[in-house]
Amino acid sequence: MFYREAGQFKTSYEADQALFPIRQDKIGLGIILLVAFVVIPLTANDFFLASVMIPFLVFSLAAIGLNVLTGFCGQLSLGTGAFMGVGAYAAYKLTTIFPDVNVIFLVLVSGFFSAAIGAIFGLPSLRIKGLYLAVTTLAAQFFLEWCFIRIGWLYNYNASGAIEIPTREMFGVIISGAEATPLARYFVVLTITVLIAFLIANVLRGRIGRSWMMIRDMDIAAELMGIRPLQTKLMAFAVSSYVCGVAGAMMVFFWLNAAEPSSYSITLSFQILFMVILGGLGSVGGAFMGAAFIWILPIVLRAIPNMLDVDIGAETVEHLAFMVVGALIIFFLIVEPHGFARLWQIAKQKLRVWPFPY
Amino acid sequence: MKHLKTWACATALAVGVTAGAVAPQPAQAQDTNYVPLLTYRTGPFAGSGIHIANGMNDYLQMLNERDGGIGGVPIAIEECETSYNAQKGVECYEATKGKGALVYNPYSTGITLQLIPKASVDKIPVLSMGYGLSAAAVGDVFPWVFNVPVTYWDGASVVINYIADQEGGLDSLSGKKIGYIFLDAGYGREPIPLLEQLAEKHGFELLQYPVPANQMQNQSSQWLNVRRDRPDYMIMWGWGAMNPTAIKEAVKIRYPMDKFIGVWWSAGEDDAAAGGQDAAGYKALNFSGVGMDFPALQDIKTLVVDAGKTQTDPASIGTTLYNRGVLNSVIIAEGIRTAQELTGKKVITGEDMRVGLEALNLTQERLAEIGLAGFAHPMKVTCEDHAGSHPVFIQEWDGERFVKVTDWIEPMTDVVRPLLEAAAADYAEKNAPWPERTEACAQ
Repeated sequence: MFYREAGQFKTSYEADQALFPIRQDKIGLGIILLVAFVVIPLTANDFFLASVMIPFLVFSLAAIGLNVLTGFCGQLSLGTGAFMGVGAYAAYKLTTIFPDVNVIFLVLVSGFFSAAIGAIFGLPSLRIKGLYLAVTTLAAQFFLEWCFIRIGWLYNYNASGAIEIPTREMFGVIISGAEATPLARYFVVLTITVLIAFLIANVLRGRIGRSWMMIRDMDIAAELMGIRPLQTKLMAFAVSSYVCGVAGAMMVFFWLNAAEPSSYSITLSFQILFMVILGGLGSVGGAFMGAAFIWILPIVLRAIPNMLDVDIGAETVEHLAFMVVGALIIFFLIVEPHGFARLWQIAKQKLRVWPFPY
Repeated sequence: MKHLKTWACATALAVGVTAGAVAPQPAQAQDTNYVPLLTYRTGPFAGSGIHIANGMNDYLQMLNERDGGIGGVPIAIEECETSYNAQKGVECYEATKGKGALVYNPYSTGITLQLIPKASVDKIPVLSMGYGLSAAAVGDVFPWVFNVPVTYWDGASVVINYIADQEGGLDSLSGKKIGYIFLDAGYGREPIPLLEQLAEKHGFELLQYPVPANQMQNQSSQWLNVRRDRPDYMIMWGWGAMNPTAIKEAVKIRYPMDKFIGVWWSAGEDDAAAGGQDAAGYKALNFSGVGMDFPALQDIKTLVVDAGKTQTDPASIGTTLYNRGVLNSVIIAEGIRTAQELTGKKVITGEDMRVGLEALNLTQERLAEIGLAGFAHPMKVTCEDHAGSHPVFIQEWDGERFVKVTDWIEPMTDVVRPLLEAAAADYAEKNAPWPERTEACAQ
C-alpha cells in the first residue's frame, strides 16, 4: 500500500534511467541522508560518532569496494585488508612528503596507489578462477603485510613500527589527528563515503558495470560478445582496490589515529568479506547493511547488559555477543543466502501488496 | 520456507530497531572515583591478561571493602574487554571516557600508542606500567603519560648489564652473540633501538628472531635458527601464548635455560610451567613482589576472594602476573590519594589525577603502611622523569616456582636517558604540531 509505484509514469528517458526511478525510494533516500547529515550530528554523543558511525561508514565503503570485485565481477578476493593498508600507508607517506596539501585530497589520491597494487595482484585472475584466485589474493595479503612490517621507509622508521597521524586542518577546522572532534571527522567520512557510493552505484549500472557482470555470469560468453577479459577484470581489481584504499586511509586518518600493520591483517579481510556476503553479493545497499550487522550489532549487544543493570563480567558479555552474532549469521545465511539486500527486496515486495497479499 | 523468510525479515527489522534504540548512555554517580580497567580475558593473550585483570580489580575492590575506597570515596571499577585489539581498545576508551575516567591502563603497547595523543586532548592521563612508549618517560614532552616504574629500554639495559656481570664485565661482551626473540608488534620492537646501540657500543652481535602475532604458537622455524646460530644468550620480549611456546621450544632444542632471560611480561608462572622441570634455570626480569606474604594480599584473600566477590582462582594470588596487576592498582590508588591531598578534593578529575601521578612518591615506609613492605622498589615520579623508579631484579624458575636470584639491578641510565630524550624529541617532531607542555609542575 505504502510502497507502490502505480501511477508514477515516466515521460522521458532521463526519468526512466534515474538511479532511483520510484518516488518512495527517492523519499526514503532523502530521509536517510537527512538523518545522516543533520539528525545524527545534532543528537549523537561522541561515543556514538567516534566508535559507531565512523567505523561503520569506513567499513561500508570497504565493503562496497570488495563488492565491486567479488559481487559484480565474480572474483573472490582475500586481500582486502592489505589493499586498505596500501591506501593507509600511501596516504601517510604523502602527508609526510607534502605536509601542506589538504589531507582529504591526499586520502583520495592514496587510492590510486592501492589501485595500481590491486591491478598487479589481479593479473593472475586471467588464468585462475574461484578459490584458486582467493589463494593468490591471500598471497597479496601476506606479502603486503610483510612489507608494512619490514620496510621501515613506509612508517618513517618509527621505533614503534606504527603510523601516527599528524594534525591537519581544513578551513580552520581540525579534521585529522587526536585533536579533531568526532563531529568534524564524521562529516569528512560521511561525505567521502556518500560520494564514492553514489559514483560506484552509477558506474555499476553503466557499460563498465554491465561488462563486469557479464564476466561474472559467464566469461566465455562475455568474451564472445566482445568484452575483453584482461581490461575488464583488471579494471574491476583497480576500481575495487581504489575504493578499499580510500577506506583504509580513512580508517587510520579519521578513525584510529594510529595504526599498526596488524590493523590491516587477514582478520580485516575476512571481516569485510563477511560484510559483503551477509549484506548481499552484488548490492551497494547491502554493503551498508552488512557493515551495520558486523560492526554495530556487537556494540549494541555489549551495551545491553549495562543498560539493564545486569552485573556480569566484561568477558562474559564479549562471549555472549560473539555467540549471538554467530548464531544470527548462520540463521540469516540459511534462510536467505543472498543476504540482507535480498531480504530488503522481499520486504519491499510484501509492502507493495500489503494489506491484501495474494 | 516462505514463513521463514518472513521471520528473517522480521528479525532483521527487530535487530535494526533495537540497534537504533540502544545508544550507550553514560550514567555515573557523583560520589565515586571512576576507574575504567581495559582488560582482556579473551583472545590469544588472555592467558597473561586474566591474571593482570584479576590483580588490578581485586586490589581496588579490597580498598572498597576494607577502607570504603580512598579518602572515604569508593572507587567505581568498570572492566572493558579489549581482547588486546587496538580497535576495541579505542572503542572501550571512547565508551568510558565520558563517565569521568581518571586514568587508563591499556595493557597493550598498541592501544597505548593510540591513546597517547588523545590523553592531552581529553585531559585523562595514561598509566602504562612498564610497557608502552619508552620515550614517554620524558615528562616534559609527554606530561599526560606515565610509565612507572621502568621503561623497556631500562629493562633491556638491565639484561645486558646482567649478562655482562655473568661474563665478567661489559668489555667481555665483545664478540658474543646475543639472540633477541620478540613478538613482532609495537611491543616487541620497542627495545630494538637500544639493543642495537648497546651492541655497537660493546661489540656484541644482536640476532633478531621476530615472532608474528598470528604465529605465536608455532615458533619452530625461529628456534631452528637459534639452534643454527647458537647465540650465547637469549633475550625474550613475549606476551600471551608466545611465552609458554618459546620456553617449550627452547627446552626442545636443549638451549641452556640459564642463559635464557625474559622481560617482566614473560615472567608468568604459567609460562615457565610449560617447560616444567626442564625449564629450570629460566630467568625473567621482575619489579613486583613474588609470593603472598604481604598483609595487603592477605586482605585481598579474605575480603575479596574468599568472600566470593571476584572470579580469581585463589591459587593464582601471589603469582608474578597477579602481583603485577596489584602493583598497577597500588600506583592508581596512591595516585588518587596524592591527588586528593594536593587538591583537597575528595572526588577528583583526570586533571587532578595527572597531578597526583606526577607527584607520586611511593617510599619504603608508605609501602609498609599499605601492607606491601618490600613489594616493589620505592618509586618517585618527577616532572621530568615519568618512569619514577628504575631498578628491576631477576627471578629464576626452579622447576616449580620463581625465586628471586639477584638484588635490584640499576639500568644504564647514562645510556638510556639521552636516548629517551632523543626519541621523545623525534616523536614530537614526527607528530608535529605536538602540543607544548603547558601543565605546571606540581612539585
